[in-house]
Parts: sequence; C-alpha cells; structure tokens
Amino acid sequence: MADTLNFSLVSPERELFSGEVNQVDAPGVEGEFGVLPKHAPFMTVLKPGLVRIHEASGVTPVFVRGGFADVTPAGLTILAEEAVRLSDVDAGALEAEIAKVKSDANDPGDETRRKRSVERLVYLEALRAALGSTAH
Amino acid sequence: MPSLKEFRLRIVSVKSTQKITKALQMVATAKLKRAQEAAQAARPYATRMASVIANLASGAAAGGGPKLIAGTGKDDVHLLVVMTSERGLCGGFNTNIVKLARAEIRRLQQAGKTVKIVTVGKKGNDALKRLYGSLIVGHIDRRGERAVTAESAGGVARQITDRFEAGEFDVATLIFARFKNLLTQIPTALQLIPARAPADAPKVDLQGARYIYEPSEEAILETLLPRYLSTQLLSALLETEAGFQGAQMTAMDNATRNAGDMIKSLQLRYNRARQAQITKELIEIISGAEAL
Repeated sequence: MADTLNFSLVSPERELFSGEVNQVDAPGVEGEFGVLPKHAPFMTVLKPGLVRIHEASGVTPVFVRGGFADVTPAGLTILAEEAVRLSDVDAGALEAEIAKVKSDANDPGDETRRKRSVERLVYLEALRAALGSTAH
Repeated sequence: MPSLKEFRLRIVSVKSTQKITKALQMVATAKLKRAQEAAQAARPYATRMASVIANLASGAAAGGGPKLIAGTGKDDVHLLVVMTSERGLCGGFNTNIVKLARAEIRRLQQAGKTVKIVTVGKKGNDALKRLYGSLIVGHIDRRGERAVTAESAGGVARQITDRFEAGEFDVATLIFARFKNLLTQIPTALQLIPARAPADAPKVDLQGARYIYEPSEEAILETLLPRYLSTQLLSALLETEAGFQGAQMTAMDNATRNAGDMIKSLQLRYNRARQAQITKELIEIISGAEAL
C-alpha cells in the first residue's frame, strides 16, 4: 500500500506513538471505528478501550482511557487522558492494584478518596478485560 | 576594628550560610532536570490539543457554542489566577510574576473593571495579600504536593470552572512565568476564559471537506474545553516548577559565590589584624627588653 496515515497518540504525560501507519482502529463512544489513509475529517470522543495500530511490522494494541480522536487530511491524532501499551502492562501488578483499589473503594472513611477509587476501579477492570481479550 | 574573635565568628557564620546555599543549589539542579523533562514530555499533548481547539474554533459559528469559548457576553468582572512557587530563595522569580499581576490589576481597575484574584502558590499570596487582600477570593495551596500531576492541574481547573459556572466572573486570565531557559523566565498573562485558540496553532487545511462530529459538535466541545483548560494549567504548573528550580539554582549559585568572596575578604582582614597584633606584641617585648 503506497498510502500511509500519519498517526500520533499522546497523553498528558508523554507521546506514546508518532509515525506513519497503515490503519488505526479506535473505540469511539458511538462504536469502534477504523481509520485508513485519506479518511474524511472526523472528530469523536473516545471511550475506554483498545486502540490498534496497524503497521507493516504488525499490530500494536494500546489501551486508552477516554480522550478524543481528530482526523484531518494531515492525519489522525488521539488525545488520550491515559494511555498504556498492553505489552507494558504486568498482569500480576494489575491484579494487585485492583485488589488494593477495591479495598479503598469499600472504605467509607474518606469520601473523596472512595469516589476516586471507584473511578479507578472501573478503569482498571476495563484494562484487565482488554488484556484478557488479546491473550487468547 | 573588630576583635580577632569577632572575625573568626563571622567567618564561621558565612561559611555555614555558604554550605546551605550550596546544598540548595545542588538540590535545585537535580530537581530542575526532572522538572524540565516533565515540562518537555507534556508539550506534545498541549500543542496537539491547541491545534484541535483551533480546528474546532474555526469550525464553530462565531458567537455560539458553550460559554467557556464564547464568554458571558460581558467584560466586567475579571479573575486573575496568579501562579507562583511555594517557596522562596529563588531570586526575582516570584517578584517578577507579582509585579506583572500588580500592573494587570491596576490596568483593569483603571478601566473600571472589578478584579478578583485566585492565587496558586504561597509566595504570590503573601505578596498580594498586603496590597490587594480584599480582592483575593481563593488560594490554592500546593505545599503538600511532591510533584506536578494532571490531577493537581485538574483541581485548579475545577476551582476556576466552578466559579465561572457560579457566575463569579466574566474573564479569567492566568499569570505565570514561562520557562524560557535557565536564566530567563518570562512573566506571562494568558487568557483562559473565554478560551482563545493560540495564534501560533497550526491551521489545518480541510481541502473543502467538512468535519463529521460524533456524537455532536456541542458535546465534543463541552468535554474538550474543560480538558483544554486543565491542559493549559498543567503546562503552566510544569513551567512554573521548572522556572522555579532554574531561578533557585541561579540565585543560589550567586549566593554561594558571594559568600565565597565575603569569606575571602574576611579572611584577609582577619590575617592582617592577627599579624598587626603579633607585630605589636613583638614591639612591646623588644622595647621592654631594650629598656632594661
């Protein structure tokens, strides 16, 4: 394929990916969508889920939590609130964090911390589900 | 002429001051590197966000859209968010920010506007409290925070949007120091609300095509704008942190050098005084012996 798509994936902390790719699949709030080169201008809000980056060398799955996707003739930009490559996720550490956050979420002591833990738990469990879906 | 003992005491005291400034300088140098890296890592997100906003703003019909971008239609009450460091010993860093804030307050008051102030960071609050204490409506304390995170920026952003939604002000301006390099931090005023797309944001040529929005343009703007605000605050916080460390490093480097100069000159005067006393004693002994 002669055409490639200029794609960058950034989170507030760092730039996770930047370069030319063949295709990107992303989880929009109104359904998953794929972006190929020469896609029409398009902007959407993302829900937590997997972004799949298709390169000649293979597919890289990245988990993102919320954010925006912006397709312009110049390429695709994903602004994620939080993003992590699935290959960087340690299943054991994830389980440990889920257990810890779960106990925080059930701790009625500090209301703001409890709320934050509940949000965090939703994110972590979505991440675990994403990890499970690619494992087999 | 101070006595020898006084000289010795002063030398000891300047030496211990020098040790402190030297230590602070080294701490600042170490922290600066991390702060600079963090500021750099956050930059791609901020610039991408700015160009997305620029796209949206150019697409959105003028005058319409959510309040955060269109404003309240008035220009009477101004909120100044003054961002400074939590600690001092950093030369003119905070003074310069406060100076700009004061000039801004004066300018707005002369134009007949009402001014409200929210301070972020203790030093700015201390400096503004004396003159404009009655104008300060809020203060955000960051002393407990070890590092600048997206969460701390979100906290500041929430406080601002809450006040905006409560109708407390029409225009919000952020005053902080942009980190240019180690020696230069430029105090800057940046309008937060109504949000302005940065003039230097890269414009995208849609080549005649029209944007498709999901779920809708309004819904996207509504979620994107608060995010844009906290992104700007995050990068401002990171620049403040890097600027503070840079300013502290330079200030402490100067202080260490000054202390060194002072020790040298004190040591010289001490040696002279000591030699003078020895000579005097010798003369006394010799003339005593000659008298016999």
